[in-house]
Order: sequence, then structure tokens, then C-alpha cells
Amino acid sequence: MDWINAIIQGILLGGLYALFAAGLSLIFGVMRLVNIAHGDLIVLAAFLGLTITTALGVSPLIALLLVVPVMAAIGYVLQRGILNQTLGEDILPPLLVTFGLSVIIQNGLLEIYSADPQKMSAGALETASIALPGDLNIGVLPLMMFVVAVAVIAGLQWIFYHSSLGRAFRAVSDKQDIAQLMGLNKAHVFGLAMALSLAVVGIAGVFLGIRTSFDPSIGPGRLIFGFEAVIIGGLGNIWGTLIGGIILGVSQNIGAQINPGWQLLAGHIAFLFVLAVRPRGLFPRID
Amino acid sequence: MPDALLSTRELEAHYGDFQALFGISIDVFPEEVIAIIGANGAGKTTLMRSITGLLRNEPEMVVWKGQSVGGFRADQVAHLGIAMVPEGRQLFQSLSVKENLIIGGQMGRKGPWSLEKVYELFPILKERRNVPATALSGGQQQMVAIGRALMSNPDILLFDEISLGLAPIIIKSIYEALPKIIGQGMSAIIVEQDIAKAVSVSSRVYCLQEGRISLKGRSDELTREAISAAYFGV
Ligand SMILES: Nc1ncnc2c1ncn2[C@@H]1O[C@H](COP(=O)(O)OP(=O)(O)OP(=O)(O)O)[C@@H](O)[C@H]1O
Ligand SMILES: [Mg+2]
Repeated sequence: MDWINAIIQGILLGGLYALFAAGLSLIFGVMRLVNIAHGDLIVLAAFLGLTITTALGVSPLIALLLVVPVMAAIGYVLQRGILNQTLGEDILPPLLVTFGLSVIIQNGLLEIYSADPQKMSAGALETASIALPGDLNIGVLPLMMFVVAVAVIAGLQWIFYHSSLGRAFRAVSDKQDIAQLMGLNKAHVFGLAMALSLAVVGIAGVFLGIRTSFDPSIGPGRLIFGFEAVIIGGLGNIWGTLIGGIILGVSQNIGAQINPGWQLLAGHIAFLFVLAVRPRGLFPRID
Repeated sequence: MPDALLSTRELEAHYGDFQALFGISIDVFPEEVIAIIGANGAGKTTLMRSITGLLRNEPEMVVWKGQSVGGFRADQVAHLGIAMVPEGRQLFQSLSVKENLIIGGQMGRKGPWSLEKVYELFPILKERRNVPATALSGGQQQMVAIGRALMSNPDILLFDEISLGLAPIIIKSIYEALPKIIGQGMSAIIVEQDIAKAVSVSSRVYCLQEGRISLKGRSDELTREAISAAYFGV
């Protein structure tokens, strides 16, 4: 039963990892930008959630209503103000600039919030659980987060393939010049893509902050999880990131079940294994 | 003479240190079709890229309805009502045929063209509307590229070598459709290497040679000899 439990918890955790990954995958797909600051932006969103919950005395889930639009706005401004200027033939400038951004966010958060671990509380929800036959218990909160993650992925998939915004994303991704001839301002389209990416980061950050304790230094670790989920699932495949997240979450939990010290290692091994067997991930979409 | 719809004024274009265009001045009048001919590498595509804003210019180098627009970005130029069927078709490979057409119309400019009208012009596109655009044959892809440009209901349409790489029979049918396409009060610039084709569809011709205009005149007045001389520089 412990094993089945570990796998179920791993699947639910995978939803969170998929949220880490989705925004990363989206902007890579649209503008071939690898955002090194992605993990730190997740942590920034967690701290933003913490500040709102304490200042307004509301549940973190209510704080989402503010965190998501604020993160989206940050994304748009960041893209238009800084990142667009770094995009071009050379892939190095955006890497360097987002790396710099990562350092700035970490130090900024450290300055404001100190290095102490923080956590957000979702109140009674945190202990609520559903009993399943065979001594299994599923926490309501992890289950809810998983459902939200699936819904977010489905929503992104819909936007990408069935909305005019998604059409613009795909057109700009295919051929930037020609997309401009259609009257699309690529700077604006990229801004919207980053806004959407950071809106998802907003959800991911608040969920992270409810699930575990966090401090300003944990961003790069979340970035790695996001990367691994993206690569396992296959570049450019939005549903793939969910599968990648789940594989990562399940491997980690199985590792932890064998030996508590093996949790992260097991995840990395699963990642390397997929990479060795299918270098382009399980369901690649981008060539 | 009415005022020109679109003009270039002493337009120059550079790729790094390499100068591709030297002082190009052309005019297109309302509802006029002009042709631009020239050998490989003469600068025809570069001129189209300059007009559409894909290459940036000095503001006064491109004039649209009396306004200097040379400094506009390509998407701003598109909003003015200038559309292009680019060389090599350049369809969006992630978009279906229908999506390629819809994105051409996403600015919402009013006019005679709509998805239905494009399907009427090229019925095969309606049949194949849900197929990825790049899965079509070359001729059908060219129809998508033309339809995509029409969807923006432009005031002027730039065609950059629409016959390139197509079978003669396809070229013939596309040129036969041309009057229906530009017969709707539109102006057009037709870039073409086939001199006979260019002369037959246009009222005036400019010949480019190594980045300069080597000849210009009325299509019905230019002799074959004069054009050949300007074309090959002999
Ligand atoms: N991206 C570029 N970078 C550098 N030089 C370029 C570039 N594009 C074109 N050129 C050069 O500019 C000149 C004009 O090229 P352009 O493509 O405008 O010619 P063209 O008349 O359209 O030729 P074609 O009939 O082959 O299409 C050529 O000498 C070409 O080599
Ligand atoms: Mg050309």
C-alpha cells in the first residue's frame, strides 16, 4: 500500500511540476527563449502570495486572484522592456539576461524577506482528505491542485490551437517576418506570451508556497524540475509537459520510498533515462 | 496625373556593408499595375522588403498617400493596406490552410475579400482547408499565399515572383486569375523574371539591374530589345 500511495502522491505532485514546466515550454515554443529566471519568478509569485495573504488576511487561494494578474503584468512589461531587446540570431544574450534576472530576483527577495523559510496556510483544507478503499488517503488540497494543473494545461492547449491569440503565437513562432506582414506586432505578441507564461507561474508559485516551505534560494531547483518535465514530455508539446511532470513526480516519490535521501536523485535518473532512450523527449512537437 | 498611391524616393537598402539598392524611385498610381523585372540578384525582393517595412528605411524614402512611412515597422505598414505575396510563398507551417487565410485577415480591414470569396476564387482551398498549409502542392500553396494577402483587403498588393518553381500550366492558371484578383480597385506591383508575362499584365515596367533602375516605361511602348538590354546590361 505504501507503494501505491507513493505513486498516487507522485502523480499529484506531477501536476505542480507540470505547472512549473508549462510556462517555460510556452515561451520556448513561441520565441525560442530559455528563461533561466523562471524558477525565481515562481518563488517571487510565492512571496507575492504570502504578502497578500498576510496583508489582507485572506486564503492563498483567494490571493491567486491578485497574484495571477500581477504576474501576467510583470511578464508583459519584462518582455517589452527588456527581453525583446535580447532576442535575435544569437541565443546567448537572452540566456545571460535571464540569468542576471535570476540573480537579481533572488537577492531582492533575500533583502526583503530574509533567508527564513516561509509557508502559506490554506487552513482546514490542508488536512482534509478523501479516504479510498485499502487504507489510501488522498489529500483534498493536492488533488485540487492537480485538477487545476490539468485544467491549466487544457486551457493552454486550447488557447494555443483554437484561439486567435494562439494562432498569432504559432504564426510568429513559424516565421517572425511574415507574421509581421499580417499586421502582427511581434513585440506585443511576445509580451502576451510572457504574460501568459507568468500567469501560470503565478498559480505555480502560490501552490508551491502552500505545499512546501520556500525561501529565496529555491528558484533554480524549481527551474530544473520544470526543465526536466519539459524535456521528458517532449519540446513544444503542452500535454507532454503534464506527462513529464507526472513521470518526474512519481520517480521522485518512488525514490523517496526506497530511501528518503533518494528523492531528487531518482527524479534526475528518470530524466536522464528518458533523455538517453528518447533524446527529443517522449512526445516531441518542435523540430 | 492623379497623385501616386505609393512611391519610393531615392530609396537605398543595405545588408551590412553591402549596398543592394541605389536611389530607387518608383511610383504606383491608384488602380495601376506595374511590373518590376530584373535578373537574379538585381534587388527586386530587397525593394519589396523595403516597401513592406521588413527592411527599415529613412522615413521619406517610402511615401504612402502623401505620408512618409519609410520608418514604419512591417506590421504598421500592413495596417496601411499594403500586402505582399512573398517570394517562396512563406506559408505558416503550423497553421492549416484556413488558419493561414484567417491570419491574413486578422487586422479586420473592410473590403470585398473574405474567407468565402477566397474559397470562391480558389475552390480547392475550401476542400483542403483543414490540411496543414505546407502539405499542399506548390501551386495550391501559391493560392494560399495569394488568398492570405487578399484577406487583408489591401489597397495595393505586392507579388514577388509568384511563378517561381511552379509548372507552366499552374503559372498560366494563376495569371488567368490575376485580373479577378486585382480587378477590384486594387493596385499591384508584380515582380517577375518572365519579361513577357510582366509586360502583358502591367501598364508600366521598371527594370532593375544591380540595384539601380536601368529602364522604365509604358509596357506597350517598350521594345523587346530595349528591355533585353536593360535586363542583361548588354
Ligand atoms: N539577407 C541578405 N544578406 C546579404 N545580402 C543579401 C541578402 N538578401 C539579398 N542579398 C543580396 O542583395 C542583392 C539583391 O538580392 P534580391 O534578393 O533583392 O534580388 P532579387 O532581384 O530578388 O533576385 P531573385 O530574382 O533571385 O529573387 C543580391 O546581391 C543578394 O545577394
Ligand atoms: Mg527575389
